[in-house]
Amino acid sequence: MKKTRNLPHTCWQGCTRCQTGSEFGAEFRRFSLERSKPGKFEEFYGLLQHVHKIPNVDVLVGYADIHGDLLPINNDDNYHKAVSTANPLLRIFIQKKEEADYSAFGTDTLIKKKNVLTNVLRPDNHRKKPHIVISMPQDFRPVSSIIDVDILPETHRRVRLYKYGTEKPLGFYIRDGSSVRVTPHGLEKVPGIFISRLVPGGLAQSTGLLAVNDEVLEVNGIEVSGKSLDQVTDMMIANSRNLIITVRPANQRNNVVRNSRTSGSSGQSTDNSLLGYPQQAEPSFEPEDEDSDEDDIIIEGNGVPQQIPKAVPTTESLESLTQIELNFESGQNGFIPSNEVSLAPVASGTGTETRAPDQKLLEEDGTIITL
Amino acid sequence: MMKFRFRRQGADPQREKLKQELFAFNKTVEHGFPNQPSALAFDPELRIMAIGTRSGAVKIYGAPGVEFTGLHRDTATVTQMHFLPGQGRLLTLLDDSSLHLWEIVHHNGCAHLEEALSFQPPSRPGFDCASGPLSLARVTVVLLLAAGDLAALGTEGGSVFFLDVPTLTLLEGQTLAPDDVLRSVPDDYRCGKALGPVESLQGHLRDPTKILIGYSRGLLVIWNRAAQCADRVFLGNQLESLCWERSGNTLVSSHSDGSYAVWSAGAGGSPVTQPTVATTPYGPFPCKAINKILWRNCASGDHFIIFSGGMPRASYGDRHCVSVLRAETLVTLDFTSRIIDFFTVHSTRPEDEFDEPQALAVLLEEELVVLDLQTPGWPAVPAPYLAPLHSSAITCSAHVANVPAKLWARIVSAGEQQSPQPASSASSWPITGGRNLAQEPSQRGLLLTGHEDGTVRFWDASGVALRPLYKLSTAGLFQTDCEHADSLAQAAEDDWPPFRKVGCFDPYSDDPRLGVQKVALCKYTAQMVVAGTAGQVLVLELSDVPSEQAVSVASVDLLQDREGFTWKGHERLSPRTGPLPWPAGFQPRVLVQCLPPAAVTAVTLHAEWSLVAFGTSHGFGLFDYQRKSPVLARCTLHPNDSLAMEGPLSRVKSLKKSLRQSFRRIRKSRVSGKKRAANANSKLQEANAQLAEQACPHDVEMTPVQRRIEPRSADDSLSGVVRCLYFADTFLRDAAHHGPTMWAGTNSGSVFAYALEVPAAAAGGEKRPERAVEAVLGKEVQLMHRAPVVAIAVLDGRGRPLPEPYEASRDLAQAPDMQGGHAVLIASEEQFKVFTLPKVSAKTKFKLTAHEGCRVRKVALATFASVACEDYAETCLACLTNLGDVHVFSVPGLRPQVHYSCIRKEDISGIASCVFTRHGQGFYLISPSEFERFSLSARNITEPLCSLDISWPRDTTRTSHRLRESPKLSQANGTPGVVLAPGSRDGSPGPARSKGADTPEPPEATLSPMSIDSATSADTTLDTTGDVTVEDVKDFLGSSEESEKNLRNLAEDEARACAVLIK
Repeated sequence: MKKTRNLPHTCWQGCTRCQTGSEFGAEFRRFSLERSKPGKFEEFYGLLQHVHKIPNVDVLVGYADIHGDLLPINNDDNYHKAVSTANPLLRIFIQKKEEADYSAFGTDTLIKKKNVLTNVLRPDNHRKKPHIVISMPQDFRPVSSIIDVDILPETHRRVRLYKYGTEKPLGFYIRDGSSVRVTPHGLEKVPGIFISRLVPGGLAQSTGLLAVNDEVLEVNGIEVSGKSLDQVTDMMIANSRNLIITVRPANQRNNVVRNSRTSGSSGQSTDNSLLGYPQQAEPSFEPEDEDSDEDDIIIEGNGVPQQIPKAVPTTESLESLTQIELNFESGQNGFIPSNEVSLAPVASGTGTETRAPDQKLLEEDGTIITL
Repeated sequence: MMKFRFRRQGADPQREKLKQELFAFNKTVEHGFPNQPSALAFDPELRIMAIGTRSGAVKIYGAPGVEFTGLHRDTATVTQMHFLPGQGRLLTLLDDSSLHLWEIVHHNGCAHLEEALSFQPPSRPGFDCASGPLSLARVTVVLLLAAGDLAALGTEGGSVFFLDVPTLTLLEGQTLAPDDVLRSVPDDYRCGKALGPVESLQGHLRDPTKILIGYSRGLLVIWNRAAQCADRVFLGNQLESLCWERSGNTLVSSHSDGSYAVWSAGAGGSPVTQPTVATTPYGPFPCKAINKILWRNCASGDHFIIFSGGMPRASYGDRHCVSVLRAETLVTLDFTSRIIDFFTVHSTRPEDEFDEPQALAVLLEEELVVLDLQTPGWPAVPAPYLAPLHSSAITCSAHVANVPAKLWARIVSAGEQQSPQPASSASSWPITGGRNLAQEPSQRGLLLTGHEDGTVRFWDASGVALRPLYKLSTAGLFQTDCEHADSLAQAAEDDWPPFRKVGCFDPYSDDPRLGVQKVALCKYTAQMVVAGTAGQVLVLELSDVPSEQAVSVASVDLLQDREGFTWKGHERLSPRTGPLPWPAGFQPRVLVQCLPPAAVTAVTLHAEWSLVAFGTSHGFGLFDYQRKSPVLARCTLHPNDSLAMEGPLSRVKSLKKSLRQSFRRIRKSRVSGKKRAANANSKLQEANAQLAEQACPHDVEMTPVQRRIEPRSADDSLSGVVRCLYFADTFLRDAAHHGPTMWAGTNSGSVFAYALEVPAAAAGGEKRPERAVEAVLGKEVQLMHRAPVVAIAVLDGRGRPLPEPYEASRDLAQAPDMQGGHAVLIASEEQFKVFTLPKVSAKTKFKLTAHEGCRVRKVALATFASVACEDYAETCLACLTNLGDVHVFSVPGLRPQVHYSCIRKEDISGIASCVFTRHGQGFYLISPSEFERFSLSARNITEPLCSLDISWPRDTTRTSHRLRESPKLSQANGTPGVVLAPGSRDGSPGPARSKGADTPEPPEATLSPMSIDSATSADTTLDTTGDVTVEDVKDFLGSSEESEKNLRNLAEDEARACAVLIK
């Protein structure tokens, strides 16, 4: 069972710990896996239990990513993510579930606290900054993001909502209204589309990026001016799996201040958005570019559903990379009071994503959040 | 790479030029019967007829193919129309008392109808007082004098005004006030009472100075205009109508008590108080008024008296009757809809001594009936146009292009055997004016309409006149409840009055289950399939001789032993057993009944393989009608879909029920006929209000209209509805072998593809060997956006759609490229996608809804020929959206080419009824009785081209402006004919959609959110039972409701906007 470097391109180190009772005990195991075929999380979980001979003990599995963060492995997506980041070794940590220290997961868990073991033993040790408490994410994926911060006017906000399955509704309503615009003929009243209501518990509300009376300017790069409420409704529903809404927030005091030092996520946002979207939100972008997430499913005679591939594969991935940004009710300049954060499950781990989520965001002071 | 990707498609000037040669949008002609006619006129010299409608449209008809259409600027009812005889000019009176002069003018050899002058009665003081005798405010009757140069206008106040027609100016000083007339009347008749409105004005055929004036109170005066005095005075009863016999010696007057009186107008000076004859034809019990009476004499010495109304009030007061009396012969023509007006076609030359009426034309609310008065028995003359399409409500329609001559002749002959008088019909049609200049159509087009009563009608849609060819009835195959009712009604009818049923408009359906939902015809084998509301799928074959045979019946269970479902809808129809007699024409061969008997939602026929596929809301089936055995049944129901199981009668949501009830009520009022526009409007609002109440009882007034943004989920109701079925010979399983396939698309975005094993026909043999057909599921595609699949088509290696069955083998179409490289085009309500075959991979797509916010309602692949180059043509995808816009996309690239605004988005049944032809034309219902024909092709245009021989001085001084240039931009029911320039769609979306910014806005496109116009047409369109879905109705209601709310929103936002400004 304990093999090392048998397979040419899959080298792993399974670094595992076991805590029993209050006593600290750690076991270390090293084994290898086929990197190209990591299999399912359940299989891996079973493998771990088998390797450590703890078949009936519920454990939490975590791994150290390239930034040194301890991140959980609890589903197929983040398991695959973890395997893909092995470089070439992947360090895996196992805790018993009932004694698990949830706060150990998160940003810089392994870099800042040099001694992981110490940290695990005494979680409150030497904590300089208030740490975000992230509940144990069951499904680790992005929910929403602000994109194209640098190319939009400061008064506008482009929000991307990710809709997976049907477990959580998008949860907002739009209505007709009118707004005042500056035109060559002076101020003019023009009809517009506004967000009229957020469903409590819905996706839109939980992101905090959309609010009642925000004016909807664009849907997936297409201006809504001149379109009827029903047209805009249909456009949003048709794009609901990957909805990008550009709004003019009713509350203009939370806007991104462009002149502030851009770093961290907002800097990357620039690059990524340039890749993925034309600057002017031209509707002439090729329809093929928009969504790989909406591949239709084909069931051939053998009865196995598969995604329908593109006939002409494009070499470059034009997918705009996900930016995780958080909107906070309070706190200043990146210092986040741990009790105030309403944080939706944040991370990335879907098979289509090619990069790790940028978890350093909260640590850097050049934040994009201004209050 | 980047440069490539963001290059705009429309920038290529070459392509732009080509687009202009291929595509052009025109609304060309309206087929069918004008909706809500209100006035009728006939020009005996030019032999043309004019019909005016409540929406202000004027339509002139002559010989088949000769048609002119005009539309008044105001949407006002046309109350009267009078031709200036022989001049091709028409004076119309609207119910706002304005007079309009229309003329037929020739441009480039083709005639058009244009409005030349209009006249609004002056409203200066003295004229203004509506009750005063000198007011022109309410014109009741119009009489043209002196060959049409002078018009006498009778008014409500009792005065008669005179108008110079060429200039439409009032001739002051000639006005005949009631006081002038009263001087000739005995004192005891005057007794201080007014004469009442002028009810009738009649001119003398030979002596133009004499006018017969009839006043409402009963006074009849023959007024001599030259001497300015009354020649004769008759004192009668309350007057309804007057007619002057051609010699001028006899008058006939009809009265409100149902009587008519004949007066001798010979010599004598004193006022006549007693008529020579006075009878109440349907007495002695109280009768209704005789609204109009005509007296026509014949060379044989006797005369015709033709009148409308006068029926006994109690027993037959609700009948719509015209009575024709000649000597002792009385026939009471019993019509199914209200009588608007009638006229006789007779000699009008002054030198003739007798009228010799040839024909009687009666305009009814829903149809035009012409009787031949010269043939004994006065048979009805079949009309070559103006067919009442809606004699039973249209439930579906289909177009068959390029019908082979052989099949055409067989259908025509079957139709001739149906109608009683095939031979004389063409010759005896009395309205023959004008010449049709249009070329003989290059190909025969057949329009099939399915109706609520289970009939399918075949129309000749090759030219301008939509001519009925043949009527197929499927009701005879089934036992229905109402069979005995007819015979009972016949027996109960008394001999008196001598009723005779005339006309074919019959709004009542015996059994709603008979309704035809889908029709498909194979034009090469003359086989067709008709599918109906109760899940019946009927395969028919054209036979030239009558036969008596039994129809084999099979049933297919589409539920496939799914459990927990109960069908609460209607029962299936029970077919008659045993051999049944069938007339020549399409005769049923096989009946397949779906279980549960839900309405058939899709059907397709492949005559070469002898297969028919059909789908309902539960699943789809495949039936081999040669071996008469089912091949396949597949349930498409989602397990959560309880709604589909309950049938149409008990929907879960009461909202839907109430919707239906509301519309049913509207529909009833529509059929009853007595309805004004305002009334309809209020009805609709009432329905809306009721709906709103039921939907959310409290805060409907408070909350502005809003739309919930939620993605479509898999368990939406009615997700299993099969929307389209398609047969193709293509590569499904491997790239080496092609073979028969069947495709089915559902409401939830699923596509099922089956590979079929059809035994190959022996060489030269028509019939394939008697072996079973097998179907194997080859592929199943689930569109992730889950929108309903509207259409499926397979494209060959060159990107062209596969030809129809038999088309290639009979050298009627280019053989498809069977070397591989096939692709399947799947059109959903939101996106178009092309996938390669047999390995399914996404090739191209266009996300219409994501880009435009509109949803696809109808799609068709059409061939567009170029105007510039004879043999250049492109196959494109034409698509109609829920906003009523027509888009054209290239195939298989799916690039937007052009888009036009075609139908108002409120006109949901118009959108639902749209059918495209194979050559870039289309039809949609603009009213229950009218198809508008439109053309997307720049080359293939079917429009009226005709001329009239008009004799009148063209140099008249015209002081007016041209009011309307081209009648083609307008449409009789008031649809704004906005034609968007065929602009590139790839540009930025804002400017491209600037509707009307660079095209002239037609006057009827008002800015008011809920104009009367939209309300009336919305109402009238609702009673076609096309496949209007509840969603459509919700859309529609939402939009009208929404516009009201928008106004409120505007007000609200004003306040909010101010606050923003202060900041």
